[in-house]
Amino acid sequence: MLQDKDRIFTNLYGMKDVGLEGARKRGSWDSTKYFIDKGRDWIIDEVKSSGLRGRGGAGFPTGLKWSFMPKESDGRPHYLVINADESEPGTCKDRDILRNDPHHLVEGALLASFAMAAHTCYIYVRGEFIREREALQRAIDEAYEAKLIGKNNVHGWDFDCYIHHGAGAYICGEETALIESIEGKKGQPRLKPPFPANVGLYGAPTTVNNVESIAVTPTILRRGGGWFAGLGKPNNTGTKLFCVSGHINTPSTFEEEMGIPFKEMIEKHCGGVRGGWDNLLAVIPGGSSVPCVPAEQMMDATMDFDCLSGLQSGLGTAAVIVMDKSTDMIAAIARLAYFYKHESCGQCTPCREGTGWMWRVLERMVKGQATKREIDMLFEVSKQVEGHTICALGDAAAWPVQGLIRHFRHVIEDRIDQYAANPDPDGAVGEPVAAE
Amino acid sequence: MPKLNINGTEIDVENGSTVLQACEQAGFEIPRFCYHERLSIAGNCRMCLVEVKGMPKPIASCAMNVNDLRPGPEGQPPEICTITPPVKKAREGVMEFLLINHPLDCPICDQGGECDLQDQAMAYGDNSSRYDENKRAVEDKNIGPLIKTQMTRCIHCTRCVRFMTEIAGVEELGLIGRGEDAEITTYLEKGITSELSGNVIDLCPVGALTSKPFAFTARPWELTKTESIDVMDAIGSNIRIDSRSGEVMRIMPRNNDAVNEEWISDKSRFVWDGLRSQRLDRPYIREEGQLREASWDEALELVASNMSSTVPRKAGMIVGDLATAEVIFSLILLAERLEWKNIDCRQDGTILNKTFGEASTLFNSTIEGIDKADAILLIGANTRLETPVLNARIRGRWANGLVDVGVIGANEDLTFETHHIGNSPADLSKLDHGAGGFAEILRNAENPMIIIGATALKGEDGLTNLIAAAKLAEGYDAIKPGWNGFNILHTAASRVAGLELGFVPEEGSLGTSEIVAQAKNNQIDFLYLLGADEIDTSNLGDAFVVYQGSHGDAGASCADVILPGSAYTEKNGTYMNLEGRVQHTNRAIFPPNDAKDDWAILRALSGAIGKPFGFNNLNELRTQMYNSNPKLAAVNSLEKADSQDVIKLAAKDIGDLSEQALSVCVEDFYDTNPIARASKVMTEMSAIKQQSAEKATGTHD
Repeated sequence: MLQDKDRIFTNLYGMKDVGLEGARKRGSWDSTKYFIDKGRDWIIDEVKSSGLRGRGGAGFPTGLKWSFMPKESDGRPHYLVINADESEPGTCKDRDILRNDPHHLVEGALLASFAMAAHTCYIYVRGEFIREREALQRAIDEAYEAKLIGKNNVHGWDFDCYIHHGAGAYICGEETALIESIEGKKGQPRLKPPFPANVGLYGAPTTVNNVESIAVTPTILRRGGGWFAGLGKPNNTGTKLFCVSGHINTPSTFEEEMGIPFKEMIEKHCGGVRGGWDNLLAVIPGGSSVPCVPAEQMMDATMDFDCLSGLQSGLGTAAVIVMDKSTDMIAAIARLAYFYKHESCGQCTPCREGTGWMWRVLERMVKGQATKREIDMLFEVSKQVEGHTICALGDAAAWPVQGLIRHFRHVIEDRIDQYAANPDPDGAVGEPVAAE
Repeated sequence: MPKLNINGTEIDVENGSTVLQACEQAGFEIPRFCYHERLSIAGNCRMCLVEVKGMPKPIASCAMNVNDLRPGPEGQPPEICTITPPVKKAREGVMEFLLINHPLDCPICDQGGECDLQDQAMAYGDNSSRYDENKRAVEDKNIGPLIKTQMTRCIHCTRCVRFMTEIAGVEELGLIGRGEDAEITTYLEKGITSELSGNVIDLCPVGALTSKPFAFTARPWELTKTESIDVMDAIGSNIRIDSRSGEVMRIMPRNNDAVNEEWISDKSRFVWDGLRSQRLDRPYIREEGQLREASWDEALELVASNMSSTVPRKAGMIVGDLATAEVIFSLILLAERLEWKNIDCRQDGTILNKTFGEASTLFNSTIEGIDKADAILLIGANTRLETPVLNARIRGRWANGLVDVGVIGANEDLTFETHHIGNSPADLSKLDHGAGGFAEILRNAENPMIIIGATALKGEDGLTNLIAAAKLAEGYDAIKPGWNGFNILHTAASRVAGLELGFVPEEGSLGTSEIVAQAKNNQIDFLYLLGADEIDTSNLGDAFVVYQGSHGDAGASCADVILPGSAYTEKNGTYMNLEGRVQHTNRAIFPPNDAKDDWAILRALSGAIGKPFGFNNLNELRTQMYNSNPKLAAVNSLEKADSQDVIKLAAKDIGDLSEQALSVCVEDFYDTNPIARASKVMTEMSAIKQQSAEKATGTHD
């Protein structure tokens, strides 16, 4: 379990001063100039050695991602874009950073931008985050005021930081759709290649990072990549913000070591499962887009990328949704399917057509108005969506459905049988219709 | 050149090509909906998925550049599979998705028989549907009288959006909404204002956008297809005329990269209903102010006797905009036999003449040359309304940031940004110094183009302007080996052939405007109008007017004798486009009733005056024409004119340039020739345009 001395986000709950003074007392903006003087490669190497994997869900090594940016500018500016469009159902970690610990992010933005030779950073804040945007803007203003960022700042690297406020579309959290949105276009993912590191924002080399990935870098640099790598498990290093919601006694967001056993995490931070461990039905361990894991498999799981992908699920954004036995799994997944249907951008065929299809079939299955044959068909449809789309939303829409069928097929079958045995429990057959 | 291994065959492909192109090159068909060679890549239909060894997911081959593929571990070429079971499965999956919300109303869909979705569903789809839910319905949009929408059929490939935005340059179509609710619309449900909008009908791979005038009239497989040439403007777009039982049912573009790529203007596409109305289908003779039907013999007799009795000095012949080279040639022979000298093929009153050098009458850079130009100066030329397809080429070049366009004349919306230099020819002097503004751009240009429109070449100032433009071209080094940047923008299909054949008055004889003016003063006794309707026919004095043509328009209404000819879809004819490219039309249908081939009418007339031509059929006519004008024999090829002509022209002295603003050449795009005026569709478009113009200026409400 993570010790207090290893905590990065020391004001996660906003109990202390959010402003620059308070942040400085907690260590922010300390020796920033020193890191910049050490040079770009040192920063990237340090982040690489920390083993930090992207906190946005895909878990791509952050240092490696930074090293994809061109070493020398070919005349085009470089951009850092920070993805604060936290819209994945269940996920609420970035918003706590934005409103309670924003200086981690601003400082991280400066350091990451310097490491990638970018003088400009855009922070794309989710449309619904009004107070969060205000808090972040205050932090940026304070940093400008104190000449920590801006032109001719004390760190010797000209750096401007802008907030772009989104309009609340989930798809704008996809990095290329986010870039389109900043450019003022409709948020639709771009085709890759070219990747943003070559052609990104305004056609210039761009790196898009999650808020948490950027916010942890100043502390990694201050305490050394080795410190970060020493936490957690190999290949799944460091600390991570978890946001646990659902049928637990105290839902919360907290910082914990990677690889913490699921059971320990729930006991320590969340007051246990509602009604006891025997009452646990299933867990969605990484935000709504990863497949659910049934209770018996989850009991021994550890919360890290590798263990959870071994369970055919994933750590994703570490938004853990716990469901007890009162949950109607089919209805729960049908609701998620509705979400993905609603948020599909409509650009490419499989997602535009497939998400609606899956949702409609699931809605019928909730009532049992389906045939067992359709379970296989639904699985196949989800396979037809997965991997065939421009962006990962297709996969995100398909996985929850696949998880449901993989683990709860019997529930669907029972429901169908139930309905077939008594299709009209209230006897409301509708008005009799006279034969023509 | 990267090497690829496609389905086991190794091939070399060109740098920068896409995987889809590489597969086609290797002979493997890749199904697609959203991909189109001439549009940007959208990659959204996902039909073209292929497998690349080493990649976890199938890739959209239309969007993947071959240079982005990585070689195998031992440096072996990237391996692409297009016929494996996973690819087949992926295609079936996408096909199924496309069809679940498609209405499958093929029996009542006009696209049936030429529908990409239909064809590819047959080739790549599964044989049955598993979709049991309700289908989505989308409200149809009213986007004007040309395009019929049935938006439930739309598969969201966005070809139409990309065409309108990128090529037509009118951002009036877009995809709004999200996910399942995404739909193509004109945002405010108003008609599209582009002159090229009809092309989205061809681009639409399904029946969402179909031709409104053609709706429910014929099935594609019932139509006889005749390859021909369009005459609505001077660029000679290649078209295919689809006809059934003696009627033209629709007109489609043919691909010709050198001329129209695969686009045609709305006028070219939708003018066909004008071929059915206002037709002159039998000879008429005017008696006591009234036209009455007559027999051919009677009409020819009357014309011949009047012809023979006319003093050549008091006779005139004017050729209209749609005449073929064969007819103009025949008319020349007739004029020679009658010793008439007052002949003109420039009914718009320009001063163009081969005597100033052949290059002074042509679009010398060629249409393809626009793709090399880096600066274009338009002098009194509204390329958008005069030659919409050519305008789209300029726009394409501009959109890629490769050309700057300067304008002298009315400052109108050409669908791209222009530098407006001035309104009158005198503003050419602003370019004299070669410094600052557009002059700088012209001077730095490698391949500058100067395009002179008809409005700058009319009347007294015409020659001065022509020479001034030639001087400018020489001054800015637009005439050099391998590049001739001096261009005339013709507006009529018949004009270049007419000039080539020399159907212009000699020194001392009368041209169009003089003939009309003299007729007013009763100085002209006989006027022969060969499809000439754009002249002022309000007062032709007591001249005996003969109108030979296909449509009852201005010319016919003032005629004493009407000789019914044939329209461009009804004859085999030769046209030279504005570059001087010789192209043939082919007969798709026969002229109505007693109407005849125009050359045959003139042949008969030559007999009636007792001096018959030495040919009895079209081939003999052509042989004779080729003997005197060998250029016309070079069909489908382009022989460039000697650029020294322009240099010689530039050496001439000129007086002061006019300070009067250049007038607008085409005021109403939908109303430029007798066939268009007879077309209900064109008239409707014209009225809509008028209305929206009035709204815009606030003269209504």
